[in-house]
Amino acid sequence: MSKLSPVLSAHWDEADSFTIDAYRRNGGYKAAKTALDMDPDAVIQLVKDSGLRGRGGAGFPTGMKWGFIPQNDGKDHYLVVNADESEPGTCKDMPLLMANPHSLVEGIIIASYAIRANYAFIYLRGEVVHVYRRVQQAIADAYAAGLLGKNINGKGFDLELVLHAGAGAYICGEETALLDSLEGFRGQPRLRPPFPAIAGLYARPTVVNNVESIASVPAIIANGTEWFQSMGTEKSKGFTLYSLSGHVKNPGQFEAPLGITLRELLEMAGGMREGHTLKFWTPGGSSTPMFTQEHLDVPLDYEGVGAAGSMLGTKALQIFDETTCVVRAVLRWTEFYKHESCGKCTPCREGTWWLVQALKELEAGRGTSADLDKLLDIVDNIAGRSFCALADGAASPIVSSMKHFREEYQRHLDLGSCPFDPIASTLFAGALS
Amino acid sequence: MTTDVAVEMITVVIDGFEVTVPKGTLIIRAAEKLGIQIPRFCDHPLLAPAGACRQCLVDVEINGRAFPKPQASCTIPVEPNMIVKTQLTSPVAEKAQKGIMELLLINHPLDCPVCDKGGECPLQNQAMSTGRTESRFTGVKRTFEKPINISSQVLLDRERCVLCARCTRFSEQIAGDPFITLNERGALQQVGIYEKDPFNSYFSGNTVQICPVGALTGASYRFRARPFDLVSTPTACEHCAAGCALRTDVRRGKTLRRLAGDDASVNEEWNCDKGRWAFKYLSSKERVTSPLVRGDDGELREASWPEALARVAAGFSDKKVGVLVGGRATVEDAYGYSKFARITLGTNDIDFRSRPHTDEEAAFLASTVVNLKTTYADIDKADHVVLVNFEPEDESPIVFLRVYKQVRKRGLQVTTIAPFASRGSEKLKANLLSSFDQVTNLTEKSVVLVGERSAEVPGLFSAIAAHTTAKIAWIPRRSGERGALAAGALGNLLPGGRPVSDAAARIDVQTAWGVDSLPTELGRSTEQILNSLNSEGGLDAVLIGGVDPSDISSAALGQLLNSFVVSLEISHSAVTAIADVVLPVAAVTEKAGSFLDWEGRERSFDKAIEGPLVTTRSDVRILSMIADEMKKPISLPSVTSAAKEFSALGVWDGASVSKPTNASASTPSVSGDQAVLTSWRQLIDLGSLQAGEENLAGTARKAVAVISAARATSLGVKSGELLTIANERGSITVPAHIANISDDKVWLPRNSQDSQTIVTFGAAEGCLVSVVKA
Repeated sequence: MSKLSPVLSAHWDEADSFTIDAYRRNGGYKAAKTALDMDPDAVIQLVKDSGLRGRGGAGFPTGMKWGFIPQNDGKDHYLVVNADESEPGTCKDMPLLMANPHSLVEGIIIASYAIRANYAFIYLRGEVVHVYRRVQQAIADAYAAGLLGKNINGKGFDLELVLHAGAGAYICGEETALLDSLEGFRGQPRLRPPFPAIAGLYARPTVVNNVESIASVPAIIANGTEWFQSMGTEKSKGFTLYSLSGHVKNPGQFEAPLGITLRELLEMAGGMREGHTLKFWTPGGSSTPMFTQEHLDVPLDYEGVGAAGSMLGTKALQIFDETTCVVRAVLRWTEFYKHESCGKCTPCREGTWWLVQALKELEAGRGTSADLDKLLDIVDNIAGRSFCALADGAASPIVSSMKHFREEYQRHLDLGSCPFDPIASTLFAGALS
Repeated sequence: MTTDVAVEMITVVIDGFEVTVPKGTLIIRAAEKLGIQIPRFCDHPLLAPAGACRQCLVDVEINGRAFPKPQASCTIPVEPNMIVKTQLTSPVAEKAQKGIMELLLINHPLDCPVCDKGGECPLQNQAMSTGRTESRFTGVKRTFEKPINISSQVLLDRERCVLCARCTRFSEQIAGDPFITLNERGALQQVGIYEKDPFNSYFSGNTVQICPVGALTGASYRFRARPFDLVSTPTACEHCAAGCALRTDVRRGKTLRRLAGDDASVNEEWNCDKGRWAFKYLSSKERVTSPLVRGDDGELREASWPEALARVAAGFSDKKVGVLVGGRATVEDAYGYSKFARITLGTNDIDFRSRPHTDEEAAFLASTVVNLKTTYADIDKADHVVLVNFEPEDESPIVFLRVYKQVRKRGLQVTTIAPFASRGSEKLKANLLSSFDQVTNLTEKSVVLVGERSAEVPGLFSAIAAHTTAKIAWIPRRSGERGALAAGALGNLLPGGRPVSDAAARIDVQTAWGVDSLPTELGRSTEQILNSLNSEGGLDAVLIGGVDPSDISSAALGQLLNSFVVSLEISHSAVTAIADVVLPVAAVTEKAGSFLDWEGRERSFDKAIEGPLVTTRSDVRILSMIADEMKKPISLPSVTSAAKEFSALGVWDGASVSKPTNASASTPSVSGDQAVLTSWRQLIDLGSLQAGEENLAGTARKAVAVISAARATSLGVKSGELLTIANERGSITVPAHIANISDDKVWLPRNSQDSQTIVTFGAAEGCLVSVVKA
């Protein structure tokens, strides 16, 4: 277990880890005090120097994003935390907010101070009511402790923090759609430019960051950039939460330095389901091209995964063993994208509608190999043609599965049906046999 | 186009050709300049870019760095050192566009043979240019129940929609009526209205016109024709003085639809629903189809033209005759009336105003308005627009759109002199004042738009005529008034703005007309003409163009009863019912002619239709025939000859008549349940040119009585509860609407369903009425 580097998850095993008392007992809110004594620009510089990159998927340097906010422009600035975690397979932000919500609140205080924002918003996925209540309590406790509101810590810094429950649309995880939704409009991505750093929420300069990115900030302030840089790889510094799900013995969140491999993570998770072998996996949710056995030793950092032809994404490692029909898995994901397409642009709206129908035919074994080429051609007309990245995500599992498992698609067509027993891949397979 | 600041020009290379365009130009439009047509759906030059349909993808490179993916050319402005490759030179862009087209078609029904848009459909056309010959989609198409009414006038076929959001963006960005929006998501996304609020925008028809597929259709035109069976003629709108260019589409002698024409300096590409859809009066069963004379039995009977003309000549000869022109005459017809009155009838008793009017107004028109040159472009550049007794959304909708555009674009300051802030004023974020003398902050760049209802406020025209800083414009409601003024269809003016009182001006006209003298006595106004018909030594007869007497006063019709009345009319009306001779005239689509819009800009049009039922004679031709019959010819045998002669006459460059200097009057004081009535005409109402358009009438704003919160409290009524407004002549009962109106006033629509103030109360403005809970 030596590979783990628990920071955010260090105290998750304590019964009261989510309370303000426990957070303080473990050293919480000292970083906020430190930061408020610093010059805001120095805070931005420190985060820049640390090498912290966005944990929401794209890996954009967090400090640089803060630095884009025009200063002394006489306008209100806003910090918006993207807690609309909804990428299939991703389950890091919700457990973090359940077990350690104050790390986010403290990170928000520091980040807002740095970008000179007096209002911050958490846009939280609405379905997770238990998380909503927990964060609400954490915010109330922080207000009661004088950590939010007027004149925080007597330093003359005011911050109001608003928790907003979204209505459960995947597209609202896209930052500009999130801003529209937060403003009360339908969540659909905005035309850029202007970028949120110039005209974001209510057309004011806005930073949109992922939960984990902001929650990582207090530890960086408290322990320094050298400590943070001691973890990770050359260009991907620090620790992060990997969430393993699927056919592994012990699924869950594993906090480790960037650059760890799936082989190492699997070891810590107790290996694959008993008696089964790894078939394919996603490095960062369903929108990242899938990997296979041969990628077990790919370093899971931004560059390593990119070099291997995928994206680190949300570090949601969905693990599938040999009982899984890849066509069926891809169909399920595609149905998700069809359901979640916002409808704004043609390729995503119409393309996902078509892809689901095409994949259903293939999964049922109807068609010829020409239909496989047609599928790839349709995807080619969707990927990179849409308004936002949602359609690119929808294309990824299809393209990557065809790359690694085209013969399995072909086997469906040769057989005229799916060669897999769908029950064999379920957890209750044993109970039914 | 002239602009105040120099525009930076940028040169880009598109498909190997250089083009230089102003900074900020979108790639798609720079390409148009080279004649390169990039296919598109959501793009519209007057709407903000959306980038939604993705049909216009092209490859873009800036400073040698290529974008990794094709970009939507409708969203990206040109930049220096930009190289663009469209479908013509980039295989990637070509495949991207073909791919998008294929995707657009997978859920689109193959109902082109029954679709209104078939034959003029951007989707159909671009499917031919950019689509595949055969679809690869073999699955199940998305279907919806069809069609659904989003208003009484606009129908929506959701399965045809390509979700380009032109309609929703138009409604929000141009009309300020965000009554339709996109609902649901994914392939089920659809245009929708709020459950109980239909799409009752005055501008809804534009969404039908800019819909790039057949998703939005007009109820009146649906299934009526195929575009390729229509004959289209550029025309001008007769409904108001905004001056819209129109396109009239006719099939087999019947007008089937009218579309907004393109005129960047006037209506851009828009018009209002009245201009678009109110044309059934042209083919009404009530059309007068032959000359009619009243027999000894008191009934009208058909007569030959010679008989009818002889009757008119006999009735007019050696009699004192007044002329009421009406507000919808073309310039040529008005010129005909003007010349006919002076030469044939030997009088200046001529007036085009068939609405409440005053001598003060006549002085204002003759002294100030004839020379006004304020234009739409002045609104575009204005630093402050003042609306004086003028509700642009109801009374000149395109003026409203232009002001709204600037309010939205740059927060143009708008002030309105009105009894309360109407919905239009609220959209313009107008500052509400109660009188013109309260207006401050006027510069040479400010524009004061004066409505015709200013005549109802004594002294107001005098105050405006005395104002010297801001640009002034007079915006009448009717399309013919500015032209009739120029043609001298007014008691104090000869054609070309020549004062009757000026001997040199008279000699000008005398010479041109080849007559020895012209009447010198100033003419009577409409009201005076009507009054003198029954008074000793007054007029004996009257010639009436398109006038609805109830627009003037409730007494007007009665005043005509005992005189010799000749009516030149399109359709049977209250006037034809009592006229001694009725002569059929051509309606606007059946004749050539021109209007002057409120700017004074000529809006000429050609004949769009050969009248199957009626005469195709314009008023001026008939007047010329009467004049011949009376042996006092005006020699205007055609519209062309009238236009030529009027144009040759030129405008007066001598001294104008003096400006009015009337004093203002105090408003009557009220007590108890009394209130002072105020009103205006809503755009869609009971106007005679809207007859027979039930679908259009369905989108009219419902009549309400606007009262103040204090009055509502004292009456114990809430918004929506019925009020009865009455005077000794009659009463109107409509729901209350509470607004920031003076406690002493009550507002009613002037001529709407359930509320016709002139007919009921005998007055439209300023009279005392009682307001009680019904």
